[in-house]
Amino acid sequence: MSVSAAAGATPRVALMITCLADMFYPEVGERIVRLLRRLGVEVTLPTGQTCCGLPLFNSGYHGEAAAVAARTVTIFRDAEAVIVPSGSCAWMVKHEYPGLLRGRAEAADAERLAARTWEFSQFLVRRLGRTTFESDVEGPLAYHDSCHLLRGLHEGATPRTLLNNLSGAAVVPLPGSDECCGFGGSFSVRLPEVSTSILERKLANLEASGARCLVACDAGCLMQIRGGLARRNSPLRALHLAEVLKS
Amino acid sequence: MTEPLITTPLRERAAQALGDRFLHEALDIATTRFIALRRDAFGDFPEGEALRDRARAIKEATLQRLDAHLETLVANIERLGGHVHFATTAEEAREIVLDIARRTGARMAVKSKSMASEEIHLNEALEAAGVIPIETDLGEYIIQLAHERPSHIIAPAIHKTKGQVADLFAKELKREVAADPEELTRIARVELRQKFLEADLGITGANFAVADTGTVVLVTNEGNGRMVTSLPRVHVAVMGVEKVVPSMTDLMVFLQILAKSATGQKLSVYTTLVRGPRRPGELEGPDEFHLVLLDNGRIRQIAGPLREALYCLRCGACLNVCPVYRQIGGHAYGYTYPGPIGILLTAMLEGPGSVKDLAHASSLCGACADACPVRIDIPKMLVELRREIDEARIAPWTERLAYGLMERVLASPTLYRWSKPLARLLQRPFVRDGRIRSVPLAFTEWTRTRDLPALAPQTFHERWPTLK
Repeated sequence: MSVSAAAGATPRVALMITCLADMFYPEVGERIVRLLRRLGVEVTLPTGQTCCGLPLFNSGYHGEAAAVAARTVTIFRDAEAVIVPSGSCAWMVKHEYPGLLRGRAEAADAERLAARTWEFSQFLVRRLGRTTFESDVEGPLAYHDSCHLLRGLHEGATPRTLLNNLSGAAVVPLPGSDECCGFGGSFSVRLPEVSTSILERKLANLEASGARCLVACDAGCLMQIRGGLARRNSPLRALHLAEVLKS
Repeated sequence: MTEPLITTPLRERAAQALGDRFLHEALDIATTRFIALRRDAFGDFPEGEALRDRARAIKEATLQRLDAHLETLVANIERLGGHVHFATTAEEAREIVLDIARRTGARMAVKSKSMASEEIHLNEALEAAGVIPIETDLGEYIIQLAHERPSHIIAPAIHKTKGQVADLFAKELKREVAADPEELTRIARVELRQKFLEADLGITGANFAVADTGTVVLVTNEGNGRMVTSLPRVHVAVMGVEKVVPSMTDLMVFLQILAKSATGQKLSVYTTLVRGPRRPGELEGPDEFHLVLLDNGRIRQIAGPLREALYCLRCGACLNVCPVYRQIGGHAYGYTYPGPIGILLTAMLEGPGSVKDLAHASSLCGACADACPVRIDIPKMLVELRREIDEARIAPWTERLAYGLMERVLASPTLYRWSKPLARLLQRPFVRDGRIRSVPLAFTEWTRTRDLPALAPQTFHERWPTLK
């Protein structure tokens, strides 16, 4: 299935893989690449990318975050569209880069990058208009809203559209799906007991939902939720949306 | 002003709270209920969203000309025969109230719920001066009996279960009583009735003051606000300067969203409008009326980074939805104002150095900003506070070094690339089945309760050439 050449050039996207997906969840990146190619999208991986700088920014190290942001903006300057597999990193680029780089040489590029950056599910639904996929995993599935995607980018419906249209797996509601998983970047190690207590609430809700697999669109949430499930030797799983959609 | 409460670090205070089974249960029940009530209230009120925008705009515009609105308020209250006092600090505010108490020969004060009076530690000052303060809001009454302080802005005894309240009444009032809220309320009511009649002084806060009309507005549910403002011969209201609103029309905007945000009520049971002392021909009301306008760090923030925190209506909605507050409750924060907004208010009152740990007591999930009736961007200001703390070099040097190193690595593709084989080497002794169960140094706090993923055998960047 490819986008017709007559309707315009093949869409080209640059993948911003993010530090967590690069180091811990490379299979998420692989699946995104395969899926996009099947949909007729050309995917590039601009060299020199590292991290969006959100961990520095959220901890208050804004000079340091700006240095990382400036590099990222330059690396992605020529991209037609940028796709990010994490709501929080997409939010950082779209929401915080312009302010962080205001008054610097990269300011105009930061504004342009913010406008051309898409979180993964956003890109599928809003840019490509693709909403029906087959499931690659057994249900029932339950969706966890990552905070930045839901309250930062106001995308509660978009990922759910993909899940609700999924063939081959049922989707059940997750009680408190809009509640934080307790990750919060450095918060998870600064106040680890509180972070874990919030996580326990999320895991209890997951168990109560009857789902066998939690689905999320943020590598941070996945690290926290998977970390908790693994420690408890739980049979339940937590997957990135890209791992659910058959590529 | 230094707070006497904090003797242990935040993390220990939080851990202590997490270990309290009763606290956990009480918080869970109450916040879950508040969240549902608020959601239903706004669900049935489609104009709510536009009113929130309007309320925010009114706050913003009022702050632009706060001096003018305060002048109008003062002129109107004086015209009505009331007195207005300015207090720059908490100490000045206490002195003003004590002065009034001395001059009028007051020996007992009944109080309706007021966070401003908590902020200036008025009860302790009154006691020291020989004036007995009696809290008349049920929640405040309970925590006064328990010698505690409020743990929630609108539900001060939210941390107590009904069983605990029954035990408290048995101990302090020598009354054996069932853990039944109705019965407990009845006892408190009987105890308080006599105090209302005996008291010389009525002390309140103020939810709003209307500049145009000189009206002080109290929003309550128990009717105690009316008793406090009408029975004693002197009424003193203590109010932060930011609570002034220009007109009655503006007031109506706030009244339509305040109770919905706080308790999910369309309106609170009582909305008490007070205009100066009793006038000739009126049957009730005090002989004297005083308004204490409190600065205490607020005015400086009109042009400061915490400006938006001055929009706060003290509804408590941000506490109810905050995942951190819901786990640890209000006391663990250690200051008068708990929860996400409390961190900002503490920074306002006590300076940013006082919140160097508290500024990090948030996962920045944004639920607070979503619930706030005037859409205060609390997460943004928390990050701003963290920046201020970082730039003032208040953060520990080890932390600053770590973040400096992180920047070096992330700003250099070469260092980033080489950090991975290094990390693989270092993690080798700790990896079992692709996960890490325990690891020293930075991530040890993570692995105490959660597994850490091992660095992938091949990162995505390393796999990319085969994907091309």
